[in-house]
Amino acid sequence: MSTPYAKLPGWVEYGLVPLVNLAVAFLVAGLVVLLVGENPLEAAYHLINGAFGRGEYIGFTLYYATTFIFTGLAVAVAFHAGLFNIGGEGQAYVGGIGVALACLWLDKVMPWYVVFPLAILGSVFFGALWAFLPGWLQAKRGSHIVITTIMFNFIASSLMVYLLTRVLKPLGSMAPQTRTFAEGGQLPKLDWLLSIFGLDVGTAPFNISFLLALAAAFGVWVLIWRTRLGYEMRTMGHSPSAARYAGIRESRITVITMMISGGLAGMMALNPIMGEQFRMQLDFVQGAGFVGIAVALMGRSHPGGIIPAAILFGVLYQGGAEIAFEMPSISRDMIVIIQGLVILFAGALENMFRPAITRAFAMRGQRAAAVVQAKGA
Amino acid sequence: MDFFHVLVVLLESTIRVSVPLLFAALAGLFTERAGVFDIGLEGKMLGAAFAAGAVAAVTQSVWAGLLAAILVSVLLSLVHGYASITQRGNQIVSGVAINFIVAGSTVILGEAWFRQGGRTPALADGARFQTISLPEADVIREVPFLGPIYADLLSGHFLLTYIAFAMVPASWWVLYRTRFGLRLRAVGENPGAVDTAGISVIWLRYRAVICCGILCGFAGAYLSLAMTAGFVKGMTAGKGYIALAALIFAKWRPVNIMFACLLFGFLDALAIRLQGTPLPLVGQVPVQFMQALPYILTVILLAGFIGKAIPPKAGGVPYVKER
Repeated sequence: MSTPYAKLPGWVEYGLVPLVNLAVAFLVAGLVVLLVGENPLEAAYHLINGAFGRGEYIGFTLYYATTFIFTGLAVAVAFHAGLFNIGGEGQAYVGGIGVALACLWLDKVMPWYVVFPLAILGSVFFGALWAFLPGWLQAKRGSHIVITTIMFNFIASSLMVYLLTRVLKPLGSMAPQTRTFAEGGQLPKLDWLLSIFGLDVGTAPFNISFLLALAAAFGVWVLIWRTRLGYEMRTMGHSPSAARYAGIRESRITVITMMISGGLAGMMALNPIMGEQFRMQLDFVQGAGFVGIAVALMGRSHPGGIIPAAILFGVLYQGGAEIAFEMPSISRDMIVIIQGLVILFAGALENMFRPAITRAFAMRGQRAAAVVQAKGA
Repeated sequence: MDFFHVLVVLLESTIRVSVPLLFAALAGLFTERAGVFDIGLEGKMLGAAFAAGAVAAVTQSVWAGLLAAILVSVLLSLVHGYASITQRGNQIVSGVAINFIVAGSTVILGEAWFRQGGRTPALADGARFQTISLPEADVIREVPFLGPIYADLLSGHFLLTYIAFAMVPASWWVLYRTRFGLRLRAVGENPGAVDTAGISVIWLRYRAVICCGILCGFAGAYLSLAMTAGFVKGMTAGKGYIALAALIFAKWRPVNIMFACLLFGFLDALAIRLQGTPLPLVGQVPVQFMQALPYILTVILLAGFIGKAIPPKAGGVPYVKER
């Protein structure tokens, strides 16, 4: 097992293998639909139609995708350094504080383009802060990052309930949420972007943070593959001992990586808070931090893979709502199953079909070699 | 006397809420001691609770429910085992996947089969566990001090509660006094040595994972057949993660696990009790703080500020023979 698996062509490695894994995940999900007594093909039709059928639907799909690009990037950056950040959920939740503070402070006096950069800084600051502690604890005290980030998710949830019910709630209001922001705390929609393609965005909250997400994806690509820090992160992820011999300071990289990861997760909060609800509510993250794990695994931790993977999950979220509407016995919890199956097949069982695919390619290679030989003779 | 009475009530509810934690944490003890990390305790418990509630509602038999719970939980464990032992996949990823698959499918299947918004039908008395009164509880209650302790604290629990506490010495005995236990612990520390001795690492780890499944099955059955009469969607509500925290807090040792679970259960019971009542000196403690306390304590412990929690050495690493 010194060479685990034979080297495959790039398009097989990054295209075919993930696609086969994804297909199996969807097949199993189809079985669940059958088990419930519904037609999987009909469900697939509603899924596609619900996600792409109208400009408004596409707007919603991309709105969800925006969120998942942020959380997927967050998980991916940590993966590159060999760290598993399960705490995206908590970091995004706490990142919301930064967004809310910026909006509550300036929304009435400043236009959105002044508030937005401050909100970005705030979300990154608070998200990074929430990831700094687990990173620091791993680097300096040796506590396992997975366990600490899980614990920090729960601590974040309690903290946010406390803040929203006691501190950030306006006086006299019962609902655990901040006040609704004025104009300055509301991001402009990207209706012009869709209208280029002749689509009407309608009520969909597809907003400018989508562009920020794309920029962040590009930034992550530059960071990981074009900077010294990224090189050090990847070295550490590949082989911590090699990194140590090369004089890379593990603890420093661990802390910095976690803060970048947390900052990216925190930026996710911009999309629902400033882009859709215009206030911070309880549980606004709604599991997006965990979807990020599936997105990063499916996208092979590369921004070029994460964006399509995030859009796929956007399709699942938006189309899933349509399925739930058309086929009442399949509620939105179906998405949670699919998400779990994707994580299982694209993550934990990613090598299940690899031997078979490798064998198929080896056979093809042999046959091609044989043909060349026969021609030569 | 009033304080004493409050304390007895508080401890009684501590025992009640710590039982599922105890089962799940002991379940995690078996796999993690064998070198397989398991953050899927939550999912297994939830799946087991659903199976127990559904089967008990259909068959009207509490035993069939318990059996179904164990079966489903063991099956989920085997999926985790297949991914992390045979396929050498990432154990954390596999655990996360199981949690999601179960969280979604219990609601979808429950709604499809029973149409009660993700619940299973409420169980009649015959189809769920009943509390057991220890002999002469009513007579002894009149004895001052010891009476309430015996009658209210020790008596009047479910069969599963007594099993849970009996599992603590039982697990200790299995892990520290049997050949199986010795090998199981060895495989979590140095699988290479176990392999050299001619013992199958794979089969040993699979057996550990099955033990975990059985215990998680009990945890789930307790939730839907004893604590409440039927399954409610998402009823584990993070208990699997608290159990994981308790397992770490206890430094992967059976007797410590019992105390850790009782501590976390006590915090839970206290949080409910203290809701809205101010404490002397500190004033009113926010409920949220009490809820977060088990996690905060675990983080502090993990960081090595109260002793040092050292996980099994080979934990999380798939065993590759040809190296």
